[in-house]
Amino acid sequence: MKVRMFQWGLMLAAVLLFSGCSTFMKSDSDGSGDGASVSESGDASTSGASRGGIWQGHPLDNPDSPLYTKVIYFDFDVSDIRQESIPTLRAHAEYLLSNTGASITVEGHCDERGSREYNIGLGERRASAIKRFMEAEGVSSSQINTISYGEERPADPGHGEAAWSMNRRGVLVY
Amino acid sequence: MKYLKPFNFFTFLLLLIALPALSLAKPGLVIEITEGAEGALPIAVVPFKWTGSVAQRPEHNVGSIISNDLKRSGLFNPLEESKMLTRPSTGDEVDFRDWRTVAVENIVVGQVQPNGSGGYLVRFQLFDVYKGEQITGFSVPTTASNLRSTAHQIADIVYETLTGQAGAFNTRIAYVTSVNRGDKKNIALQIADADGFGPETIVESSEPIMSPAWSPDGKKLAYVSFENSKPSIFVQEVYTGRRVKVSSFKGINGAPAWSPDGRYLAMTLSKGGNPDIYVMNVNTRKLRQLTSHWGIDTEPAWSPDGKFIVFTSDRPGKPQIYRVAVTGGAAERLTFEGSYNARASYSPDGKNLVMVTRVNGHYRIATLDLENMRLNVLTNGSLDESPSFAPNGSMVIYATTTGGRAELSAVSFDGRVRQRLALQSGDVREPVWSPYTK
Repeated sequence: MKVRMFQWGLMLAAVLLFSGCSTFMKSDSDGSGDGASVSESGDASTSGASRGGIWQGHPLDNPDSPLYTKVIYFDFDVSDIRQESIPTLRAHAEYLLSNTGASITVEGHCDERGSREYNIGLGERRASAIKRFMEAEGVSSSQINTISYGEERPADPGHGEAAWSMNRRGVLVY
Repeated sequence: MKYLKPFNFFTFLLLLIALPALSLAKPGLVIEITEGAEGALPIAVVPFKWTGSVAQRPEHNVGSIISNDLKRSGLFNPLEESKMLTRPSTGDEVDFRDWRTVAVENIVVGQVQPNGSGGYLVRFQLFDVYKGEQITGFSVPTTASNLRSTAHQIADIVYETLTGQAGAFNTRIAYVTSVNRGDKKNIALQIADADGFGPETIVESSEPIMSPAWSPDGKKLAYVSFENSKPSIFVQEVYTGRRVKVSSFKGINGAPAWSPDGRYLAMTLSKGGNPDIYVMNVNTRKLRQLTSHWGIDTEPAWSPDGKFIVFTSDRPGKPQIYRVAVTGGAAERLTFEGSYNARASYSPDGKNLVMVTRVNGHYRIATLDLENMRLNVLTNGSLDESPSFAPNGSMVIYATTTGGRAELSAVSFDGRVRQRLALQSGDVREPVWSPYTK
């Protein structure tokens, strides 16, 4: 038993030593590269940014694209889409049109005021309003699912207008 | 026999100290009466005497449970135990002059005796202090696990004898709790005795659980669960844990409500494009669409005679309460006062509705008298919701938000007595009072 323990200990030490060594070597080779290191890309704060400043990650994750926004907000007790949300929804509609293999689930949410099951109905109406907008832009209805969470999943757990305005929302989940 | 008395009193004191500690250890509901009623009946419920050995003494004192029940009803003002001059446990030991001195009108005394293996015999007597007469008295055989239930039954008998109205102490409540576990929520459907004791989780999930509804026999709960990221209606047997998924259509599956005979579930489905009320035969699963309107129709509730269903609809632009015959036909609008009325349900006698109403931006609990159509606001919170009548119609339990936390409150039908039921931690909501169980 004692021998076993010793052997395990030895193996563990070897692994630690080896892994420590390999990390050291990796960072060494990075430093001796062609100069395209993260520090040389100026004020870009993500490692995904490349030399030319062109986004190379997934278009849905590009902070400069309207596709980056996946939450839109609603006024109290209504499901009308605000003017300010239209560019966002239009961008997502275009994305879905050119990526017919992609699909989204639109979540409808409400603030906590009023009764819970009525809010489930209101949340569905918000999700449906987004879905109808997308369909009017030409997106196939088979690419869009809807679900209402009513007031059950607040984004902000607070109890005032600041929190409520963040909770009356539609969320696009790819 | 006499030498036992001081010893009994000492262990009783120990129990007094130990009981709150015990209840703290359980994640139960804590009940606190926040507004009492003036003119409550003065009564004394003497702690019941245990006649067996100290080692076998039951965990709970029957007299204390009865006393707490009566106090919570708001109709009684039980004498504090520290003010009792003597502690009689049989009628022979009662000296009525002692009790007239402390101005109580009635006194309850009793004993718990060992009765076979693990069994008890509970004897109690209720007296009129001024007449010096026994009003009623029973001997009830019970078991250790049913002792609290027996105490609630005795409280029901005392309540009914002195008020003329059936008691509802031997009932249960179901409710939904939400507790943060790291960055996830743990949501649970729990049931507990109506005094908050003995909470048990019957289903839990990281996804929302909503809208519990007791079957009329009190043996099943229908509820909505979002497990697998879609809402479905389940019916679960409370005591076996067995459950079946009865509705999982596209869109909303919500707001289940049992018919009084337990054969049908009214529910909200949006499979037709928007939320409407449907009635499902629970055995055959056959569906019938009851309402058909572009508005949100939801939150159905049956009249006690099974002939009508009330529901929330925003067909006039804002949510209001409507009533439709179960056989179908035109829906009749019932509420006209205020711009927001929702989630109505009938009182057990069918004469009133209880609902959520908006008053100056505050969401409160109100009753609607179906005879004169008068709305009576019972509560004074800002985010009050989910009202549910006690099966005797004396109290309404509802959810409220106090100091940023969601908790439960109960208010008497006349709005005079209020109590709060809070969890040790986390939120508690959507309370539903069980029907009478035998």
